[in-house]
Amino acid sequence: MQDAGTTITADGRTIGPVVMEMKNITLRFGGVVAIQDISFDIREGEIRAIIGPNGAGKSSMLNVISGFYVPQEGEVWFKGEKRPPMKPFEVARQGIARTFQNIALFEGMTVLDNIMTGRLTRMKAGLLAQMIWKGRAEEEEIENREAVEKIIDFLEIQHIRKTPVGRLPYGLKKRVELARALAAEPSILLLDEPMAGMNVEEKEDMSRFILDVNDEYGTTIALIEHDMGVVMDLSDRVVVMDYGKKIGDGTPDEVRNNQAVIDAYLGVAHD
Amino acid sequence: MSADFYYGVEVFLNGLMAGVLYALVALGFVLIYKASGIFNYAQGVMALFAALTLASIIEGQVPFARLINATFGTEIHDFGWRVPVLLAIVLSIGVMVAFAWLVQRLVFRHLVGQAPIILFMATIGLAYFLEGFGDLMWGSEIKTLDIGIPQGGNRWIEEHSAFLGGDDFYGFFIDNLDIVAALVAAVLVAGLVAFAQYSKQGRAMRAVADDHQAALSVGISLDFIWVLVWSLAGFVALVAGVMWGAKSGVQFSLSLIALKALPVLMLGGFTSIPGAIVGGLIIGVGEKLFEYLVGAPYLGGATENWFAYVVALLFLVFRPQGLFGEKIIERV
Repeated sequence: MQDAGTTITADGRTIGPVVMEMKNITLRFGGVVAIQDISFDIREGEIRAIIGPNGAGKSSMLNVISGFYVPQEGEVWFKGEKRPPMKPFEVARQGIARTFQNIALFEGMTVLDNIMTGRLTRMKAGLLAQMIWKGRAEEEEIENREAVEKIIDFLEIQHIRKTPVGRLPYGLKKRVELARALAAEPSILLLDEPMAGMNVEEKEDMSRFILDVNDEYGTTIALIEHDMGVVMDLSDRVVVMDYGKKIGDGTPDEVRNNQAVIDAYLGVAHD
Repeated sequence: MSADFYYGVEVFLNGLMAGVLYALVALGFVLIYKASGIFNYAQGVMALFAALTLASIIEGQVPFARLINATFGTEIHDFGWRVPVLLAIVLSIGVMVAFAWLVQRLVFRHLVGQAPIILFMATIGLAYFLEGFGDLMWGSEIKTLDIGIPQGGNRWIEEHSAFLGGDDFYGFFIDNLDIVAALVAAVLVAGLVAFAQYSKQGRAMRAVADDHQAALSVGISLDFIWVLVWSLAGFVALVAGVMWGAKSGVQFSLSLIALKALPVLMLGGFTSIPGAIVGGLIIGVGEKLFEYLVGAPYLGGATENWFAYVVALLFLVFRPQGLFGEKIIERV
């Protein structure tokens, strides 16, 4: 079933073929093994979660996908091709957008400018063209503005469009960061603990936005979370990590009933 | 109004003109500091090197002539042609861009993530290297830089303002070169601001200045942006070097204008382009007026050398982030 073409989910969404595949990834920092021989795939249009207790290696895995870390062993396959070692900005240009656990926004810029930076990779007009061929650059600017305004509407942040990001509360910052990642119209959207530090209401809002993004734009989403409850309701398939190893992979129901997963979360002694 | 008042105004105007040049040098510092957190001690030497390059290219001098002669026993010195000013400027810009690329590639690329003091030390090394390299490439003689900017006082302003102060006043004396410098600086600043605000690369530049990690995640190459800001700083250094060089010849002391930019930066803030401009003007006007009103009559003169630093010290004590700099807030 993993390598089959498309499947239709219970709620009517189409999940396509595998778009990204991690093969036997091992990542070490000096003597510390952060990720040990992990393989999994992400299929087009699905919401894929990576969960695990603190320190399980989830963020490291996300950093491998987004190019911030280069694994010592293993291969990353994207859209059917093996990906050579890449810088994070090159990965972003390939259409993989991400957010950060502790939010990385441009604090000095307005919300609108922040989201516009998400379109940078889509702007084609070069430096000279912008100066000589002003019309073309303006056209592009207008196109990009329209796309960004749509996202702003979608995530319900119209009222803070012109506010410098540094002044926003935490929950809204998270939403702006999501908007910026979304502005790139990515093939895969990586969310690093999108619900960390939020209260219940904010968590519900964020869950709704994640589902809506996936539904409206058909965006493939891979997210990390250590709060198991939220994730189980959101995702189509879940990878569970503990101490750098994969201990479970499957639908939320399968994972919930997996003994190794239960042990990891209930804290059974490791030998 | 008495003639004294109008002489005061003249001092004020000349202070503004000097301030523009200070601002120009300070601008080079701000560009690099904002985008990469590097305090570029070599900015002054870059101005010297740029001016030296321009002057030598115009004269048709062979680069590394001394080295070539020593190695091959030849006796070449120049090509025997004069390069048109405009072409020479374009070539000099090319040299500064190549320099920017090499600096990023060979030095700062390997120092990413190092402590600010290390980066600062690297720029000190760079300054002395570049000074020696400039010597080696173009020789160490003092060069005149004549790119056709009119010199001397502006007759028109002088004649048309003479009526203001009665018989004792002969009109404002303002150097043509200063006027040109002010105009060029104004255009340059407007251009830089427009570039940072509206172009794709400018937006990326501001993004990098704000947060490296976030910039990477939206697909901006830090390497490219850093080469870009070093190139821009090189260009600004060229303009500053040309203006100062046209005034007092291209020689080693040109690199000391960087020291004039320090108080400007403390005043205006290290991260603000408008701050560099306003700071430059305040220091320029302040030191000239202070000399005219207090220094010369009561303190025996020569206050221009230290006045700016006293102002800067006062700012460090009472407003360390400068007039426009980002507020320094640290949570503990």
